[in-house]
Amino acid sequence: MTMLTVVVVAVALAIVIGALAGLVISRSRRQRALLEPPPRAPMPAPPEVVEEVEAPPEVVEEVEAPPEAVEEVEAPPVKPTFRERLSKARGLLSGYVSSVLSRSSIDEATWEELEEALIRADVGIGTTQDLLEAVRREVETEGLSEPSQVLDCLKSHLKQELADPIELHYADAESPSVWLFVGVNGVGKTTTIGKLGRRAQLDGKSVVMAAGDTFRAAAAEQLQMWAKRVGAELVRGNEGGDPSAVIFDAVARADARGFDLVLADTAGRLHTKTNLMEELRKVRRVADKGAGEVAEVLLVIDATTGQNGLVQAQQFADAVEVTGVVLTKLDGSAKGGIVLAIRKELGIPVKLVGLGEGPDDLVDFDAGQFVDALFE
Amino acid sequence: MFEALSDRFDGIFKRLRGRGRLSDKDVDEVLREIRLALLEADVNFKVVKSLIERIRQRCLSEDLSKSLTPSQQVIKIVNEELTQTLGGETMRVSYAPKPPTVVLMAGLQGSGKTTNAAKLARWFKQQGRNPLMVGADLQRPAAVEQLRTLGSQIDVPVYSRPADPVTVARDGVEQARDLGRDVVVVDTAGRLAIDEEMMEQVRQISGAVDPDYTFLVVDAMTGQDAVTVAESFHETLDLDGVILTKLDGDARGGAALSVKEVVGKPIAFASVGEKIEDFEQFHPDRLAGRILGMGDMLTLIEKAEEAYEQEEAEKAAERLLEGTFTLEDFLDQMQAIKKMGPLNNVIGMLPGVPKEIKDVEIDDREIARLEAIIRSMTPEERIDPDVIDGSRRSRIARGSGAQPGDVSQFVKQFKEMRKMMQGMGGPLRRKKKKGKKNRKGSRVTPKGSASKTPQRKLTLPGLDELEAGLDRLEGQGLPDLRRPV
Repeated sequence: MTMLTVVVVAVALAIVIGALAGLVISRSRRQRALLEPPPRAPMPAPPEVVEEVEAPPEVVEEVEAPPEAVEEVEAPPVKPTFRERLSKARGLLSGYVSSVLSRSSIDEATWEELEEALIRADVGIGTTQDLLEAVRREVETEGLSEPSQVLDCLKSHLKQELADPIELHYADAESPSVWLFVGVNGVGKTTTIGKLGRRAQLDGKSVVMAAGDTFRAAAAEQLQMWAKRVGAELVRGNEGGDPSAVIFDAVARADARGFDLVLADTAGRLHTKTNLMEELRKVRRVADKGAGEVAEVLLVIDATTGQNGLVQAQQFADAVEVTGVVLTKLDGSAKGGIVLAIRKELGIPVKLVGLGEGPDDLVDFDAGQFVDALFE
Repeated sequence: MFEALSDRFDGIFKRLRGRGRLSDKDVDEVLREIRLALLEADVNFKVVKSLIERIRQRCLSEDLSKSLTPSQQVIKIVNEELTQTLGGETMRVSYAPKPPTVVLMAGLQGSGKTTNAAKLARWFKQQGRNPLMVGADLQRPAAVEQLRTLGSQIDVPVYSRPADPVTVARDGVEQARDLGRDVVVVDTAGRLAIDEEMMEQVRQISGAVDPDYTFLVVDAMTGQDAVTVAESFHETLDLDGVILTKLDGDARGGAALSVKEVVGKPIAFASVGEKIEDFEQFHPDRLAGRILGMGDMLTLIEKAEEAYEQEEAEKAAERLLEGTFTLEDFLDQMQAIKKMGPLNNVIGMLPGVPKEIKDVEIDDREIARLEAIIRSMTPEERIDPDVIDGSRRSRIARGSGAQPGDVSQFVKQFKEMRKMMQGMGGPLRRKKKKGKKNRKGSRVTPKGSASKTPQRKLTLPGLDELEAGLDRLEGQGLPDLRRPV
């Protein structure tokens, strides 16, 4: 099939869809127009009500510096481990493990249970089947017969799959490094930047945070509170402004004052929104344009994400060359198995893991602990 | 990346044509595919198990209808089971006899509670109510600021102060009573289902405000964990319904099925976009199609709708049917299609398109090349490409930087396409006529094998599916297709 044929057929198909949609919609619109209820009278909202309910000024102050937050900043950093954090969520998959181990031999039920365990962890059916196929082959060639050996074999396969260098890169030259954070809505980009700012400060790096989320209401305020909490600079623009400009300014500020690192926030966006992904491409381009250098583009993924995570990763990787994944909210009951699919299919490594809401709850990814936790 | 269920079925069912009843073995094979599709859609595997069992019973017990292919029949059964599981009953919101009606929002971090508190408040306002929002999320930095900003956008007052969330919630309801506000939407902090302390806190908030409705806010992208989350929240709060968010992405949304099955309460609302007005009551049948992989078509129609001018599309449709489609029209339509995104994505969303076409990497620059060729033609040539002779051809080729061979090949392709589309005029016109009397009609299944009737030889792949899908859409009354303006 030649390219030309494909294009012509494609255009033809799309025209048909458009035409049909047009027909149906215009018809339904006409019908709807008849059914449209008369416009309701606007509800008068007495302005003084709004005034009264509006919070007194001291609200802002107190919210900005909650006492416990201050304490947390002063306390010596205690890095939580996977094991401690995940202990709460144990037991979800342990049923499979004990069931597999209780069998005297390896049979079909063993494989089915392992499959279920991986699916339950959101690894996804395709990746699960590939993985188990490989393990099956190894079990056969090695002549393994104990269920515990199968489990160990699977774990080592998974660990191998995820074993990547995880260090975060800085720009080589004198210029400030830019780490860009991208992802869909509500995954925890802003919180991750807050926590990472704290980590970087502790490592002796000076940090500028760029409030590139100019869309969501109060996103800049949220980042500002984090900047205050961890003692970082903040550069922000107007709500609804151009995110590229904000990040460009932040890089310029970092360069002028000799800061090491710019942590650039972006608005959450669904990977299906072509125009927003286009905007992100521009952000990435502009961030590289000034004195700085984009050293990391981190895709933030929520551990509860299901199979859509793979599509997300693909789209973001296509748009802005993602260099690593930050897996957040792993302290919940979700296992975050989608990162296995992302690593296997797209080769993007996990670099950081979020384990809670505190400033120190962001740790380096550890394949061994992650895999062990999958089966605990 | 995902394969629509119907694509998976096609191979199996090719062998099954003409049989009156499916054998156990056939059914097993088909059910395996359904299981995979449901798991890929993030339906919890326990829920998948029970669903598959129900579908198996029906597949084995029901006689295959003459008018449907086995593939269509099975998809019909699956679709019905899914729709039924998702809940036939749409949530009816009633109001407390003694106002205010209190609504409590709960959920994990990042599921969209704050945004949807405002969307819900706006919805209540549209119903003619006077809502007040209470910011009881004092955990996340600036959550209250966010709620206030949203509140001012929709002109709904917000109550909050820096205190214990339970007190703030209770005072908020008190405040609403004083101000004569008849609906209160209480936003709470996001919390993990296994965080006992935080779950206890939300239980206390619930105790303090005694909500008429407690909604769990669930992200449509949630995976297998949705069941655990829903179970814990339901246990703690006795939920009344679910708000499904981020449905404007391309997640299949199987989590909704899991949650519905576990909680047994309806999915009340769906959030379908970033704007405050992108919020609507939930339509189970539409999500069923989406979980099965038939929803892409709807997405495409939406995109087409965004990209096409209404009148332009109607005129193009007319000319299509009449066969008077010109290269000028082709050029216009290509511009519209470009707005819908890369051609590969557009094609990928079309149902029933042969794999050979879907798998070809389409270079979008090809469109630009074709554009250049058309733009190098005179108006006369665009209307009637038959006038293009050798000298005109080489002029066009020079003008567009193409080879003369490319030009003649393109003109040939265009004419063939026009013929194909004229062939489609038949079914399309028929549809136009029968449309009104047979709306909820017999064509339950939009998907299935390609048409077999000889007079449709010239139809484009996917047209049957499309027609039936549009029928289905119309049956649902369509407003869900359109973003509120």
